[in-house]
Amino acid sequence: MSAAPLLEVRGLTKRFGGLLANDDVSFTVGQGEIVSVIGPNGAGKSTLFNCVTGFYRPNAGQVLFGGREITRLAADRICKLGIARTFQIVQVITDMTVLENVMTGAFLRSARRSAAREKAEEILRFAGLHEKLDAAATSLTIEGKKRLEVSMALATRPKLLMLDESMAGLNPVELRQMIALLRRVRESGVTLVIVEHVMEAVMELSDRVVVINSGRKIVEGPPKEVVVNPQVIQAYLGDRYRARG
Amino acid sequence: MKTFTKRQISISGAVLVLLALYPLAVSGSFAMHLMIMVFLFATLGVAWNIMGGYAGMFSFGQAAFFGIGAYTSSFLFTAYHVNPWIGLLAGGVAAAAAAALIGIPCSNLRGHYFAIASIAFAEIVRIHFNNWKLIGAAEGLTIPMQDESLRNFMFHSSKAPYYYIMLAFLLLSLGVCAWVATSRMGFYLRAIKESHDVAKVLGVDVVRYRMAAIMISAFLTAMVGTFYAQYILYLDPESVLILPISVQIVLVSMLGGAGSVMGPVIGAAILLPISEFTRVKLGFKGSGLDMIIYGTLIMLISVYQPQGVWGILQKIGRKKK
Repeated sequence: MSAAPLLEVRGLTKRFGGLLANDDVSFTVGQGEIVSVIGPNGAGKSTLFNCVTGFYRPNAGQVLFGGREITRLAADRICKLGIARTFQIVQVITDMTVLENVMTGAFLRSARRSAAREKAEEILRFAGLHEKLDAAATSLTIEGKKRLEVSMALATRPKLLMLDESMAGLNPVELRQMIALLRRVRESGVTLVIVEHVMEAVMELSDRVVVINSGRKIVEGPPKEVVVNPQVIQAYLGDRYRARG
Repeated sequence: MKTFTKRQISISGAVLVLLALYPLAVSGSFAMHLMIMVFLFATLGVAWNIMGGYAGMFSFGQAAFFGIGAYTSSFLFTAYHVNPWIGLLAGGVAAAAAAALIGIPCSNLRGHYFAIASIAFAEIVRIHFNNWKLIGAAEGLTIPMQDESLRNFMFHSSKAPYYYIMLAFLLLSLGVCAWVATSRMGFYLRAIKESHDVAKVLGVDVVRYRMAAIMISAFLTAMVGTFYAQYILYLDPESVLILPISVQIVLVSMLGGAGSVMGPVIGAAILLPISEFTRVKLGFKGSGLDMIIYGTLIMLISVYQPQGVWGILQKIGRKKK
């Protein structure tokens, strides 16, 4: 199993007119890992996400999933192969209940309604949203909606889950809960790639961190090493700052 | 979400019995005509609802499918003596094919852009039919008299058979809509209505499901078009292909409640009597008073109850619990 990485990004390049949003980015994600992608605003993290999940077509480079090339596949095909994702701005289906939202995801692997419902209930229990089953999706708080969005993604039974800033805007208690949820997701056998600004979560969860600045990967390594790396500090804070000691 | 409650089943059973007995109880062709028009627009509304209410594709061009259905069966009959029931199926297939043709280039259009494209499509069809010599151009087609029989889809002595046929069409379309609404397809269409992106990340093939919704809707709408031609026995572009028909279909659905199975039926039951009565009582004076009353009602609904009458009924139902 450890031979081929679950996700491999090779020399990914994405241009928007004159703007080079991703420039020759390469990294791999192994089965069962949690890898964080960090970097200042506008570094190209979301673009990278969109290229991997089929929302953008990269200008150059390859994306391999389980050894198979998925670079130019449509987003729904990529989802069927086992990559689920969430959005930076939380996206749920507003005129549905919590359960119906998750059922919509579960229908991917269970065409029958009763089976989809069963699966959705199981996931909502797992995500701690079971009490809100029949509530309207719009009645949830931001934290609840993020939890729901993760549940919808899990309902498609992904091998790899990619989360775009699922911690943003949470209070400290909610943050602890979300971190705990993601740990349980990993324990259930799902590999995670997260784009995150909340360093507390990055430090606690990640096995490895990939740092992107101005579209390029500048550093990759364990979280403790990455945060003291001079290049990383420079990228976030500018030239005048150095790591102490 | 839930399967139907006992109370709902008994209410709909009672309504069905009443509707079945209606032709025996009333005399006078206006009373029959009114109910036939209610069923007709209810069916058109239900068909619209599959694409408009569930999938969020606000079509203002349903008249094109309606007209294609009416013209296909009528042309096949007048030119080749094809039985109208076969013509009905042919019309459905032709409309679904036209829907696929227009649906592919419009597969990324949403909201008002889709609405504008649908108007343009229907107007192209209308203008084209207005000039198409083979099918009578602006003069239209007159369906020759036949003996009255179910096989011939033609009745002279009474409107009752038309009434029952249209009721059957309505029940059929309700069945299709209820199936769509409760199956995977219904969930996927509602996801598509929310946003194409959210649907895609849940593994939904957006284009495929949108096409399916448009084609089902077009087929059902065309079927009603054939009925209308057999009922009126005359058609021209101005009677089946014009924008007011498309608008009426949208209004019926919005008034009753888009995105619910029964919404368009309620909408048609309210709107058609109003429009027919105001037309008969006030329309002849040429003052346009009927349209003023009609328009006021629509404005009131859209301002105060955008979920339609079905939304009001649901609120009442929830309070009772």
